[in-house]
Order: sequence, then structure tokens, then C-alpha cells
Amino acid sequence: MADVDATLTGNRGLALEEAVIFEQDSPGLSGVDLPEPGPGNDRLGGLGRTGAIGLPGLSEPQVVRHYLRLSRMNYGIDSGLYPLGSCTMKYNPRLNERLARLPGLGGLHPLQPTSTVHGALELIDTCAHWLKVLTGMPGITMAPAAGAHGELVGLMTIRAALEARGDARKRVLVPESAHGTNPASAHACGYAVETIAANVRGRVDVGALKAKLDVDVAAIMLTNPNTCGLFETDIIEIADAVHDAGAFFYCDGANFNAIVGRVRPGDLGIDCMHLNLHKTFSTPHGGGGPGSGPVVLSAPLVPYAPLPVVERRGDGFALVEHAGDSSAHPLGRVKGFHGQFGMFVRALAYMMSLGSDGLKQVAEDAVLNANYLLACLKDTLSVPFEGPCMHEVLFDDSFLKDTGVTTLDFAKAMIDEGFHPMTMYFPLVVHGALLMEPTETESKATLDQFIRTVKGLAERARAGDARHFKEAPRLTPRRRLDETAAARNPVLVWRPPPAQAAE
Amino acid sequence: MAIVKYTKEHEWIRVEDGVGVVGITEYAQEQLGDIVYVELPEVGAGMTQGAEAAVVESVKAASEVYAPVGGEVTEVNQNLADNPGTVNTDAMGEGWFFKMKIADTGEVARLMDGVDYQEYVESLS
Repeated sequence: MADVDATLTGNRGLALEEAVIFEQDSPGLSGVDLPEPGPGNDRLGGLGRTGAIGLPGLSEPQVVRHYLRLSRMNYGIDSGLYPLGSCTMKYNPRLNERLARLPGLGGLHPLQPTSTVHGALELIDTCAHWLKVLTGMPGITMAPAAGAHGELVGLMTIRAALEARGDARKRVLVPESAHGTNPASAHACGYAVETIAANVRGRVDVGALKAKLDVDVAAIMLTNPNTCGLFETDIIEIADAVHDAGAFFYCDGANFNAIVGRVRPGDLGIDCMHLNLHKTFSTPHGGGGPGSGPVVLSAPLVPYAPLPVVERRGDGFALVEHAGDSSAHPLGRVKGFHGQFGMFVRALAYMMSLGSDGLKQVAEDAVLNANYLLACLKDTLSVPFEGPCMHEVLFDDSFLKDTGVTTLDFAKAMIDEGFHPMTMYFPLVVHGALLMEPTETESKATLDQFIRTVKGLAERARAGDARHFKEAPRLTPRRRLDETAAARNPVLVWRPPPAQAAE
Repeated sequence: MAIVKYTKEHEWIRVEDGVGVVGITEYAQEQLGDIVYVELPEVGAGMTQGAEAAVVESVKAASEVYAPVGGEVTEVNQNLADNPGTVNTDAMGEGWFFKMKIADTGEVARLMDGVDYQEYVESLS
């Protein structure tokens, strides 16, 4: 395609081209006018800097414009639909943010004396309480920093419980339909990982699971609903088999959004589950985080939870930070301070503003939205596993067969249409996966526009216009990036060009 | 004379004088797309048949490469560290992963030959 939009400046409309900040350097330029330091005592013991610091010289408006321009190239959940399957990119209510910024919460310091922060401890305890109620589990640790950290901490807790009973085991079973972080967490915790195949219904093959269960298996890690967006219907049978073998049942709670208020995982026989507060409980996600991954625990695991623990004592609260002489809490700490406190504030605000009926509706609307996509697109795209689905819907690439268009090309064309693409090539159980998760956030109008776009593009691909897809995206600040070169030869640090470096 | 055998996980092994050269098949590299990183086993590592031997990472996914037979790793293809794309351009030749001393040649005999593997691949599409 000829670049009909070429401009003299490189800017497109009011979307401005922006150079790397170091390339905008005007030596000596500064936003503030500081007096030269006068002679005085060098209190740095001769370690004071003598050369240039290497930061660019910039004016204040230049800096403001730089970051504003960059932010306008960004796309987030506040910009529009973000159907990235497996990630639960739901809207972060402004109320959460308002409460997290209350001076009595936002201004706290983690090293303040406990006597001055009983309100904050009560908040942690209340948040923990409702997470236990929603999951139907007796114990919880609020410490883990995010989902995958929660997985690791959960497995460390299981390991500690097994070793305490003199029964260290070596293997962890992970079904194909589990999240990709599960095998990595098990490996990081020192276990050998064994995969369990999925059956033709996209669920765990219970026969294959039972065949691998023996006295050397420490745990199974199951994701429910799984990453094909399907509820693991045999979960109670799986829990019984795992417990009969003396193993623990880890459930990945990343998809709790689909069942919150409807199903209590504790009733299904699980021992351990992390909750991504940045998914189900609407705290910020990705670069806007941090994440937070509290882990709920069954009774046999509670004594092995890491520190610190908030305990209710009389009218107040105590923060247990040391195990003392007891043999409990052998893991000690797994994270600095008290977990991601700011996220507890937001998650609690979300729970309390929605109430139990609202949280139940979250799950219902998330599942309804995904099934609406499934119903509207199943005749256009190709469905590997029969529905209904849970909170996300999985398609494979057989609808693109013989068109010359790949899943990647299709996703790039979605960008030109103003959508963040769906998840591509994951899960691996189907060929050329497209995984869509609309969440409860989206209106019918938004979903209808998305559906019309996907249908229109699929028609275009089948009509033989592969070129349209190969050239996408055309309307973004940069055209298609060379992912292969970026992965094989990543350039992560800006370095001055040789001529400048020689100065 | 060298014989070449295949696994259902899309590894190939070429055997000559009790030494096996292992790589991934043309079909596997095509399914993975551009390969960007290969993690190889350590020389001297012993492994049983089906054990995780290497990891191959493409722009689409990271996948394990399994030992097609049991034995001991005698050499790894250092060239893949700098040029992982060799697996795409010559999967069955210069893109080999590692060499191994085979523990039990009976395991080799039970793998698929070229004709069986071709049929297996066709059954997948």
C-alpha cells in the first residue's frame, strides 16, 4: 500500500511523532534554575560526582509533552474493549482509587508503630475475611505479591506441610488446560512437573490423572474454570482421588471471576488457591499494578502459612511478624512488609460497593458476555470445544484454513479497527488459538461492534484479501514490528550514537 | 548406515554407531514459527526416554523437547545459542539439538520410521 498519509513532519493528524527522550537532549537546558553550589565542606568523603550525570537537558514543557504524547499511544481498559483472554482486563472503578487515596490510608508508612495503624490492620482482616467467605476456606495468607507468587507460596506451604509429616514428595501434576504459570511455579518450588492430557471435551482426562497419582505426587495444580474457558465438571472426583493419594489439591484461582458468588471452591475439595485481586477484584493490572495474590488455605495447611498474619485480639488487632519459639510458620516471610496493602483497600472497596448480590452478578454477566460472543461468532469462526463456555471463549484457526491469513495477521487487523486483540496462540491445546474474554465490564453495544468487526474481517479473509491482513496494522504509530528480530536480538538500552559518545 | 526415527512429540533421532543426533522435525519447526531461543541440556546429563531434554521458544510459544530414547548427552549444538533460526532453516540437519550415547538400542527400534511419521503427521491435520 502506498503511504497516502505521509506527512512532512511524520506526525499524523494530531497524533504526534515522538523521539526517545535522550535524543531530545539540549545540553545545559533545565526545568529549574539552581544556583551554582558555593565552596563548602565536602561531606561525601571524596565520593562526589565529578563528571556529567548522563541525563538529557530538557525544558519542563518538553518533559510534560513527551510523557503525554507517549501516553496517547497507549491503549488500556480506560480506552476501550480489551478482550485479552486469560487476563480478565476488567474496568477499575474510580471509587476504589478514591478510597485508596484517603490520607489515613494513602499516607501510611509500613514501619509505623502498630498502635497507630489498627484501622489498616482491621482493613486487612476484613478483606481477608470476605475472601475466605467467598471461597469457603478456613485460612488465608495476604502476603503474596501477585498471582504467580501466590502459586509459588501455595506450593511452598504444601511442601512445608508434607515435610512436617515426614513425607516429602517429588512430583506435581499439571493438566494441559491449566495456566502456563503453574508448571513454572512447580518447577521453581523444586518439583518435577508432569503434564496430564486434556480429553476431547477440553477438560482434564480423569483416567490419565488417576494413572499418574501415587505416593510421590505432592499436588495437582488445576485451573477452574480452565484456560479453555470451561468448567472442570469432574473436579470433586479429582479432589477425592488426589486426597486418597495423600496429595494436596492446588486450584489456580485466576479465573475466579467466572464463579465468584456462585461457587465456593472450598465446597469442591480444594486445599489451596490464589486469588488475583487484579483480576476478580478489579484492582489495576499490568503496568498499572502492582498485582496482589492472596492464597486461601485448607485447615491442614493453615499452620504453614507465611508471616505476617493479622490476628484479632480483644478490641484491637495484632500483627504477628515472628514465629517465636513455636514450630508454626516455618516459611517466615515471603514478601516485604504486609503484602500489597493498597490493593487490599481497592479490593475491599469493590467487594463492599457491590455486595454479595453484585458480586454474584459480576460472575453471571462475565459468563453471559462470553457466551454472547460464542453464540454470535460460532458460525463465523471455528469452535474446538462445544459450549456453553464460562468467562472466556476459545476459537481455533480452522476458519482461516487456506486463506493465507494466520491468527497473528487477524489480530493485527483488529488493531486497525480500534480493538486490542484477543489472546493469540494460547492455550496450546488448540491450533492457532484466539481466546476472548470480554469480562462483565462491556455493554452489549460494545460487544456488537466487536462482533461485527470480527465477522467482517473473517469474511474479508475468506474472500481472498490476504494482503489486507499481511499489511496490518496500517493506522498505528508504527507498522508491524519484527517480533522475531526483537526476540532474537533484543535492544533494551538506549546508547548514544558513536559520534556523540566520543565527545 | 545411519537410520532416522521419529517420535509423536515431533523429535527425530539419527543413529550411527550407537550415537544418536537429536532434533525437532520439519513439521515441528513449521508449527512453532520463528524460533528465538533454544535451551540445551548439559553435556554428561543422563536421561530416560521421554524425559525433558531441551526447551525451544518461538514467537508463538515455548515447548519442551523430550529425549526420544534414554542415554547420556555427549555434545550440544552451541551454534543454536547465537543462531536459533537454524532450526527453522535446516531442522533435520544443521539445526540439530544434541548428541547422545544411547543406552538401549531397543528403544530406537520401537520408534516410528519416516513413512509411519509422515502418516502420523497427515492424521493430525
